[in-house]
Amino acid sequence: MAVASPSKVMTNVEAVRSTLYDALKRDDKAVILGEDVGNRGNVFLITKGFIEEFGPERIIDTPIAEASIVGIAVGMAMEGLRPIAEIQFADFIYPAFNQIVGEAAKTRYRSNGEYTCPMVIRTPYGGGVRGALSHSVSVEALFYHVPGLKIVVPSTPRDIKGLLNAAIEDPDPVLFLEHKRTYRLIKDDVPDEYFTIPIGKANITQEGTQLTVVSYGLYAHQSLEAARKLQDENLSVEVIDLRSVRPMDRNAILDSVRKTHKLLIIHEDNKFGGVGAEISAMVAEEALFELDAPIRRLCCPDVPAMGYALPLEEEYMISTDRMAEEMRAMVRF
Amino acid sequence: MYAPRVVTHFERFGLSDEQLRGMLHTMLMQRTLENRGFQLNRQGKIPFASASEGHEAVQAGAAMAFERGRDILVPYYRDLGLDLGIGLTPYEVLLSLFARAADHSGGRQFPHHYASKKLGRFTISSIIAAQTAHAVGAAYAIKLREERGRAVLTTFGDGATSEGEWHEAVNFAAIHKLPVVLLCENNEWAISTPQSKQMAVRDIYKKAAGYGIPGALVDGFDPIACYGAVRAAMQRARSGDGPTLVEAKCYRFLSHTTDDDDRTYRTREEVEERRKDDPVPKFERFLLENAILSSADLEDLRAQVLAEANDATDRAELMPYPLPSDLYAQVHAGPWEPWQ
Ligand SMILES: Cc1ncc(C[n+]2csc(CCOP(=O)(O)OP(=O)(O)O)c2C)c(N)n1
Ligand SMILES: [Mg+2]
Repeated sequence: MAVASPSKVMTNVEAVRSTLYDALKRDDKAVILGEDVGNRGNVFLITKGFIEEFGPERIIDTPIAEASIVGIAVGMAMEGLRPIAEIQFADFIYPAFNQIVGEAAKTRYRSNGEYTCPMVIRTPYGGGVRGALSHSVSVEALFYHVPGLKIVVPSTPRDIKGLLNAAIEDPDPVLFLEHKRTYRLIKDDVPDEYFTIPIGKANITQEGTQLTVVSYGLYAHQSLEAARKLQDENLSVEVIDLRSVRPMDRNAILDSVRKTHKLLIIHEDNKFGGVGAEISAMVAEEALFELDAPIRRLCCPDVPAMGYALPLEEEYMISTDRMAEEMRAMVRF
Repeated sequence: MYAPRVVTHFERFGLSDEQLRGMLHTMLMQRTLENRGFQLNRQGKIPFASASEGHEAVQAGAAMAFERGRDILVPYYRDLGLDLGIGLTPYEVLLSLFARAADHSGGRQFPHHYASKKLGRFTISSIIAAQTAHAVGAAYAIKLREERGRAVLTTFGDGATSEGEWHEAVNFAAIHKLPVVLLCENNEWAISTPQSKQMAVRDIYKKAAGYGIPGALVDGFDPIACYGAVRAAMQRARSGDGPTLVEAKCYRFLSHTTDDDDRTYRTREEVEERRKDDPVPKFERFLLENAILSSADLEDLRAQVLAEANDATDRAELMPYPLPSDLYAQVHAGPWEPWQ
């Protein structure tokens, strides 16, 4: 008789915290650096208490200087540490663009493998929290163009644990994007034991036959909810949570599209040049004649950011009802 | 036989005669290999070369203060003399100039972007001041692991000190008293931009005060003085007393690279004037005058350097280019499909 392995119910933010804690316990080469990660314990209290347990040498309160948070982590990684750099909010990652794109992602390539850059850059992203212009952006499209960089966008506590472990183990740099609206909203069972989930493997959260919906982050939850609603109407929707936007699980997408013959991509990042554009192009190249309907992308609008005022934020974000509506229209197409 | 005319007493910071001759060897090799790069470029054999003529003294001196097998070097692109001084071979230099498969970067990078764990030489990009933070991160690792007796030597130009990333890295090194030496090779120019348009101060080492670390000024045309200044800073770093900003004032005698023409922004008179102080013949004279080297030794040394450079050129030129398929290697650990 199989015995269920011990597990705990936790929120997304607790999963980040406990996975980081285990990593620090497991490996004394692991260090955390970022703004307010020490005494404050990070603005979401993710690292609360870490500085007492692991010391200020490993839990490093940095100056407000994002380029060097990443740049110093690159040097640490090249010299054998396992840095986990934190950018307080994804909106503040722009000053570090050079170090992420020009340095971290190219370390292995430019030295022909002599040096590598095993590091994780974690940052909370995303809206729906009244974060206004500078505390709500999605940044994945700015980085997913970059070969050499892996980008993870987990949506559940279990995926956070498995993927964050995989990111920390990974010999190359990983950008780990945590949707902050899901931090306390999403709760689930997480096994106590150490495990990893391979970066680049999507998760089919609901099987279906009439439409493929690809999403990630907060909208992985909303699109699943919408698809479940549609079940009551006898509409069968397959939902894929990408979990990583690069590498991207092209086989999961293509296999699903070959079965359902219709594709809807839903993401919070704005539409133009977003992750959905790449998926559309890939499916058009690989499986155009499998399609029974035009590919559709349901994305947030191409404006500089969501506004602070509630109507502006609501207008920007996509409701579960809108997702269901779009799904219905596509199934019936 | 050359009879020494003047015997001057000079501060030699414990350097032996052999080490002094070794420094001259590095300086001559640096100049010879860089001239070789320019020649190969004019012959149409390589697309691009850069030069550090005028930087030989500071680099030979600094390299002598570097402990091989222990310290870490995080240089910038104009540091061939430093690389040679810590043990890079002329053959490796020529592989880099010819962009051959056996080059450290596999022929991917511009010349002189070496990467060698054996030498303790970090990989760098050509991006100004991006390496300063890497040096500081490596120094943090050394400090965290309590590896007393190790230090990081990092270099950059005068122009690099304008970058925000440079400031951020120096500030962090100062806060944590990290074992890193920040060596500025101030050649007065950043491509065509003079120092006066780069900053409102004349002395870069004085910026150290703003970070709460010591700054030191040294004549970048004097290899022994440069050794002394960098060694003192390295020892300070190795014994846990924190970073030092060392400014070596030198000059760039040639154009920025083979793609630049310095006649468009500075006068021949200025360059000629500075050439009078050329550190290479000056150091030759110095060693002759102090009977550390005879003129016959000097002839031998020059011939030996040229022979080594020729041999390296011949051997490297025969080596294969990378394969087109090498373009796809080393993107990540393990295989990588172009669309992934
Ligand atoms: C971030 C960045 N901006 C611009 C350049 C182009 N660039 C290459 S060398 C150089 C001048 C650098 O001057 P300095 O730091 O004084 O070093 P030097 O070349 O004089 O040794 C510039 C602007 C670059 N490589 N990287
Ligand atoms: Mg300069």
